[in-house]
Amino acid sequence: MTAATLNLALVGNPNCGKTALFNLLTGARQKVANYAGVTVERKEGRFDTAAGRNVRVLDLPGTYSFDAASPDEVITRDVCLGAFPGEPIPDVIICVADATNLRLHLRFVLELKRLGRPMLLALNMMDAARRRGIAIDVAALERRLGIPVVETVAVQRGGADALRARLDAAIAPAPMTTVDADLHAEVRDILAAAVTMPSRTAATDDALDRVLLHPVLGFAVLIVLMFLIFQAVFSWATPLMDGIEAAFGAFGEWIGPALASMPLLQSLVVDGAIAGIGGVLVFLPQILILFLFILVLEESGYLPRAAFLLDRLMLKVGLTGRSFIPLLSSFACAIPGIMATRSIQDPRDRLTTILIAPLMTCSARLPVYTLLIAAIIPERTVAGVFNLQGIVLFSLYVGGIVSALAVAWVIKRLRKDKSEHNLLMELPSYRVPHPRDLAIGLWERAMIFLKRVGGIILALSVILWFLSTFPAPPEGATLPAIDYSLAGRLGHVLHAIFAPIGFNWQICIALVPGLYAREVAVSSLATVYALGGNEEALGAIVASEWTLATSLSLLVWYVFAPMCLSTLATVRRETNSWKQVWIMTAYLFGLAYLASFITYRLALGLS
Amino acid sequence: MVRQVEPRSDADPVARRLRDLGFVDGEPVRVLGQGPFGGDPLLVQVGYTRFALRRAEASRVIVEALA
Repeated sequence: MTAATLNLALVGNPNCGKTALFNLLTGARQKVANYAGVTVERKEGRFDTAAGRNVRVLDLPGTYSFDAASPDEVITRDVCLGAFPGEPIPDVIICVADATNLRLHLRFVLELKRLGRPMLLALNMMDAARRRGIAIDVAALERRLGIPVVETVAVQRGGADALRARLDAAIAPAPMTTVDADLHAEVRDILAAAVTMPSRTAATDDALDRVLLHPVLGFAVLIVLMFLIFQAVFSWATPLMDGIEAAFGAFGEWIGPALASMPLLQSLVVDGAIAGIGGVLVFLPQILILFLFILVLEESGYLPRAAFLLDRLMLKVGLTGRSFIPLLSSFACAIPGIMATRSIQDPRDRLTTILIAPLMTCSARLPVYTLLIAAIIPERTVAGVFNLQGIVLFSLYVGGIVSALAVAWVIKRLRKDKSEHNLLMELPSYRVPHPRDLAIGLWERAMIFLKRVGGIILALSVILWFLSTFPAPPEGATLPAIDYSLAGRLGHVLHAIFAPIGFNWQICIALVPGLYAREVAVSSLATVYALGGNEEALGAIVASEWTLATSLSLLVWYVFAPMCLSTLATVRRETNSWKQVWIMTAYLFGLAYLASFITYRLALGLS
Repeated sequence: MVRQVEPRSDADPVARRLRDLGFVDGEPVRVLGQGPFGGDPLLVQVGYTRFALRRAEASRVIVEALA
């Protein structure tokens, strides 16, 4: 054997525990990226065989068949065939199969064998198989398949040692078989010869599914779970986010005086760079909490069940059951929500979900809503129990949801590709998630966000700092500094565009820094009105100087407008396409302008 | 028990996928449950595996009742 690096590919059905095995083999030695030109995740890792040989291993997307039905499956097929540009053909294919689900998984093993490449079968989850009393005659299986078979337990320390050791011996190409043989018949023969199974399913799966998929009980459990996730993302993250903001604020104040001799540099470092990095990190708590839940739900096998329960509801507007969790989390923040759309398999459904996610009222809109509602809506009780301000806030949320459903429906009508959207989803066995897999999964999400999205957000915040700082106000200036800056001038230009929907020039100026994050618009307004960040005084100004029509128009604007560059940066990363970003920006601006225009004119007419 | 999967068109990817997943002649199949709204999708067990199938997908599978 040569000492050169061995190229391996892990291949197998979805839910065979392939990624857990990959995590066990490589630990932290992983690289996550995308395959060239597509948004399918590419996971590569390194490990050493028992004898110390260097191995590079690729964790290929889970696949039922080479008759590929999704972009993921196309990649798995092309890499195995050596037909994917830029990827070497694997020296050895490790086919992973769930030992408790061989009836399904062996068919793909046989399909892979037809390639005639060196190949090895990893019988994974042998611990679960033994617990269920499944007996597998490995020697007989090896004889029948003509390829080496090793047992693995991906969730146990040392569970891949047999695999590591086997890789040091030579692995011959799989024996060729007749191409048109009936694979299902072959699987049945092999199972009859090598496997005894006392029952078709695990008793725990039957019991859990009876409750969790029950039309009433199961739905109740789902609602409680969703409420818990929503609460967690919304409220558990808040102290952490406040902490991050406070820490960066304090850091800025601490470093500020050191640069006092150079006010411009001081402003760039404190208001541009430090505030920018803080503005990136502040999203991390929500992302990590959301993904902790999603990973637990996914690894435990519950996520497809939730999709099962919700599928019919979501299908009506052209979505899928899997769209629900990303959309729910978008109420906290669209960024983790859009990142969570990766669990949606149909690319069309995924894109629709991404496009409507910003219409879910995220928590950053709350400061804007609260300010305006408190200033313009009287505190009155309606029908004895309801607070009028509460009703307005609620209708803003409902407005977002209804328009999201409407947009999804329109996208469904407009789409040229009318072929059937499939569900056809496996409901895997329930499993207890392994902490190692959760930790690695969370780490990956955090890195993707910091590397890919963080850079864009940071760059944008420095640009926005530049726009609001230059040029400096002339000597003896009476107006606030921002009024003389490029952002201020831009605001005055924008005023021409926004006057028909009732925005004054102060609002237009505040919209520019407000692109950084929606809530920043409030503090910018305070700056424009020369209130030195006093947001309570701002409420008084809004109440006295703005017309009701203007305030309502701005409220409606914030329901729709793509006022968050971080979201757009995330869409760019997740769709790998500027076109989608532009489509989203254009349709949201169009909707916002139209809705604000109607609101403004109606309010003017009625008052 | 499954008899066969009927394709909706000449190249029906759903029918091909159903066959790959084990919906083939002679395989025992059972409907274990339904979704909470309009009885859609169906929870179907074939072989040792459970699948969620929308009714439109499941209607391609021709089955024969076992006594």
